[in-house]
Amino acid sequence: MSTNVVLVVAIVVLVACGTTLVLERSLTRILVGFVMLGNGVNLVFLVASGPAGRAPIIGTGDEPMTDPLPQAMVLTAIVITLGVTAFGLALAYRAWQLTGHDDVQDDVEDDLVIRRADLDRPSASFDDVTAGMPDEEGEDEQSASGDNTGTDAADRIAAERGEA
Amino acid sequence: MITIVALHFLAAALAPVLVRHLQRRAFLLLALVPLGSFVWLLGPAEAAFDGDVRTEQVTWIPSIDVQIDLALTPLNALMALVVTGVGALVLAYCTWYFREGDREIWRFSAVLTAFAGSMLGLVVADNLYVLYVFWELTTVLSFLLIGHNPERKANRRAAMNALIVTTFGGLVMLGGLFVLGHEAGTARITEIVAGPPTGTATTVAVLLILVGAISKSALVPFHFWLPGAMAAPTPVSAYLHAAAMVKAGVFLVALLAPAFSDIPGWRPLLLVTGLVTMIIGGLRALRQHDIKLLLAYGTVSQLGFLIAVVGAGTQAAAFAGLALVLGHALFKSALFLVVGVIDRSTGTRDLRELTGLFRSLPVLFGAALLAAASMAGIPPLLGFTAKEAALAAFLDLGEDADLGVWGPLALVGLVVGSTLTVAYTARFMWGAFGVRTVTPPSVATPRAGLVAAPVVLAGLSLVAGFAGAPLTSRLMAYAGEFPSGAHAPLLTLWHGLTPALGLSVLAVTGGLLLWVARRRVSSAQGRLVDRLHVPEAEIVYHGVIRAVDRLSIEVTGRTQRGSLPVYLGIILLVLVVVPGITLVTTWQGVDVRGPDNLLQVAIVAVVVVAAILTVRSRRRLRAVLLLGVTGYGTALLFVAHGAPDLALTQVLVETFSIVTFVFVMRRLPPFFSDRPFTSARRIRVAIGCLTGLAVGGYALLAADARTASPVGYDFAGPAYDYGGGNNIVNITLVDIRVWDTFGEIAVLVVAATGVASLIFLLTDRATSHRESRRIRAAEDSGWLRGAGLIADRRRSVVFEIVARVVFPVLMVFSIYLMFAGHNLPGGGFAGGLIAGLALMVRYLAGGRAELDTAAPIDAGVVLGSGLVIAALSGAVPALIGFNAFQSGIFDIPVGPFGEVHLVTSLFFDIGVYLVVVGLALDVLRSLGGGIDKQGEDSGAVEAAPREVSVP
Repeated sequence: MSTNVVLVVAIVVLVACGTTLVLERSLTRILVGFVMLGNGVNLVFLVASGPAGRAPIIGTGDEPMTDPLPQAMVLTAIVITLGVTAFGLALAYRAWQLTGHDDVQDDVEDDLVIRRADLDRPSASFDDVTAGMPDEEGEDEQSASGDNTGTDAADRIAAERGEA
Repeated sequence: MITIVALHFLAAALAPVLVRHLQRRAFLLLALVPLGSFVWLLGPAEAAFDGDVRTEQVTWIPSIDVQIDLALTPLNALMALVVTGVGALVLAYCTWYFREGDREIWRFSAVLTAFAGSMLGLVVADNLYVLYVFWELTTVLSFLLIGHNPERKANRRAAMNALIVTTFGGLVMLGGLFVLGHEAGTARITEIVAGPPTGTATTVAVLLILVGAISKSALVPFHFWLPGAMAAPTPVSAYLHAAAMVKAGVFLVALLAPAFSDIPGWRPLLLVTGLVTMIIGGLRALRQHDIKLLLAYGTVSQLGFLIAVVGAGTQAAAFAGLALVLGHALFKSALFLVVGVIDRSTGTRDLRELTGLFRSLPVLFGAALLAAASMAGIPPLLGFTAKEAALAAFLDLGEDADLGVWGPLALVGLVVGSTLTVAYTARFMWGAFGVRTVTPPSVATPRAGLVAAPVVLAGLSLVAGFAGAPLTSRLMAYAGEFPSGAHAPLLTLWHGLTPALGLSVLAVTGGLLLWVARRRVSSAQGRLVDRLHVPEAEIVYHGVIRAVDRLSIEVTGRTQRGSLPVYLGIILLVLVVVPGITLVTTWQGVDVRGPDNLLQVAIVAVVVVAAILTVRSRRRLRAVLLLGVTGYGTALLFVAHGAPDLALTQVLVETFSIVTFVFVMRRLPPFFSDRPFTSARRIRVAIGCLTGLAVGGYALLAADARTASPVGYDFAGPAYDYGGGNNIVNITLVDIRVWDTFGEIAVLVVAATGVASLIFLLTDRATSHRESRRIRAAEDSGWLRGAGLIADRRRSVVFEIVARVVFPVLMVFSIYLMFAGHNLPGGGFAGGLIAGLALMVRYLAGGRAELDTAAPIDAGVVLGSGLVIAALSGAVPALIGFNAFQSGIFDIPVGPFGEVHLVTSLFFDIGVYLVVVGLALDVLRSLGGGIDKQGEDSGAVEAAPREVSVP
């Protein structure tokens, strides 16, 4: 059985353009790329599902019909893409609201971990101090230093850079 | 037995409710559960001592041989009686220990009761894996109990240490249990002990299990977690760290000893760690000022003693070991409870601040004296008779276990340890009740109930001391599993002038001398510690934990760079390289053909150009419109292939997506932000091209590999016969592969909810409803009522008229599509999307208020009812005896109109329809109306002047 080479050309271009866009940092571009990538992959299902033919509806003729199972899968994929698009757009809008652009930034917490690795430090939650006695009642006296709960990751990074 | 274990957990679940109504008196009710279990157990236990072992089995997963086995062997029976008896007393004690109105006891009561249940389950388990489950349950619950007061950092650390150390041991043990179960061919412990496997694998397995026992029973080098566990309330210390949890290790050793004490490594490991722990614990206890910590180190020492004796593996030693377990449970829990009373009465546990308590708390002093005498091994208490038996067993150890010179050496260790025990016992009594020249603390008279528990326990130590004969016969039921040794073991107060008695006298005298010379001993000890530089176990442990933490930071820092493009690039490169190499190396050429017709070439050409222009586009809107071109082109390709359902859905989805994109685009900057790095762009394009080529290659290969007749063609018959429809794709979605579709609509519900929550954040979706109520009152009535809320300049009369006319038509069409989908292209997805587009038209023409007029209902309600209807269409057939989601086909005559062909999977399609409409409504409300509203609030979008005036 032969494969329609024109459809394969469409697949190659759609997937290539889609992945190029997905690798961008702007969430809008990522979403555009994602939808395009989805279209390309849906065509892969079509190509892989055999030759073109009659619609898979019983009683519409005698010619060979197309394979219905991949079509059901692709239909699911199309609708899911709609859900992903809507959610991604809401994310992009929210990002724009918060930061004024919709670029996906590098993760701040990961940056913190990388800095800690460079400084040969343990993790933030690691308890290096062994002072204090256990007791079933009472609580620790609040100390001014060493208490970094409630501060932002960004503040912590700033503080650590200052220490370094 | 399973009933009494389950009752504990039931009581634990009810405990918070009881505490709410009864406050701390709830403990008295809770104590009835272990008390009742204790009473019930007396009968089966007595039978077990007579050789009649009760077993219970609950099959769980028979196909893989997983079941709950319980058994009441003599050993299990003794442990179960200890666990329930002491448990009942400790729970009752809690009633008076906690202060009236303590806010934390609802949790504490539940956890402690659940712990009692886990411990009971552990000691009656007859299945390696059941034993393991209860074992880890006690670990987790003990973590919660140690961390009872999380306000202190030291408490949190103590709880974590206990959790990590015992879980580490538990995991090592689990490995051993698996190997042992595999080697033995059964998981039932009674069967394994009756016919133990042999060989290297078994040896390794048993040694691994011993690591678990050693960590749980806090032996060197894991001993440091136990003193830290004193962060728990004192009743917990009395129960977990004296009678119950730490005994789990001893229990496990006792369980395996009859079968495995002769394997290589067993005796050296247990005798050495046990006796070393006994001596180190004793030495550390001599240096404590907190009487609770003193007892904690004493417990460490005693556990070493117990493990050494129980693990020695001779009949006499096993007998003595079991007697010691009983004795220790009675005296140590009594002493801890005494400490609790002192703490509550005086407010301190520091022996430098306590003085004269033997006068002010005489009853308590009496109980403490009995318990302490038992601990020191002084007649006529159980501690004495048990220790005599242990000394006698170790005197014969070299001969019974064939240890040669190591037997006497172990005996020396035992005597040294016993001497230290006497010394720290003396220190405890002197510290808690002695007279010192300090200001006496004010002593509040404790409630009778608080003193009752230690008095009962201490009294039992005394009674058991005289009950040597009945105890002997019962303990022999267990010890009889060992070959008999040089002497027949016996618990009695008077054996005659035996070497064991001489050693006892030696230990007591030596211990008292050590106590008399305590100042010199203490300073000598200090000098010794300074000189030896032996690192403390806790510091070593801390270093190990720190190293693990550092390693994880280094690995995370190297691999987790936090950049989305980098992650995606790596994933895509793997996709290209790994299957790509196979593709290239095994390529044999595929059979290709040219285009089917010129139209196809034209469509593909347009799609290709549009796709490339999308990548190059710097304007957001242009990119989105070009994306639409590729989408519609794909839909045409679907049509050409013979997939009308796909084409229909694709067109509708594409339309809906583009408008949604535009909703958001109108607020974002018109251009994408500048990315000046050309090298990064080249890399992106290169990865993109490689991925495209690779996927194209995979597509060619996949199409070429299609040699067998695919399963899809066979769907035609069932689709008609069972699915009752002609459109096979639709029947596949709503019947043949309905579970997939059900999962999918669940995802859609999640996505829709996510969209709404990202835009409206904490406010509810129905915010705009209140607005719509105002509109109904507004006098403006044009073609669209809600349109009165947008500024006149932005209104279009023509569009409003079109929207008014088209909306009902579209809605009817959408419902038609949903019904027709069974036989023709269409179905719930397509119908729902049409309805969504109809709503979209209303919104575009008349704004968000018009949308609310068109659909005056919360999107969440639509989503939820859709999901519920879909779920019911699956559940109802299952409930009335068919398979879930099975379709029923009915032909209902409706008079002159003929028959209605009703297939019940239609209800599933209605659910799908509603979910899609709900998604559309959520998207329109959030990304449409929600963004409008926020734009107006921020002044970026012009609103109708009338609305601004409304407060």
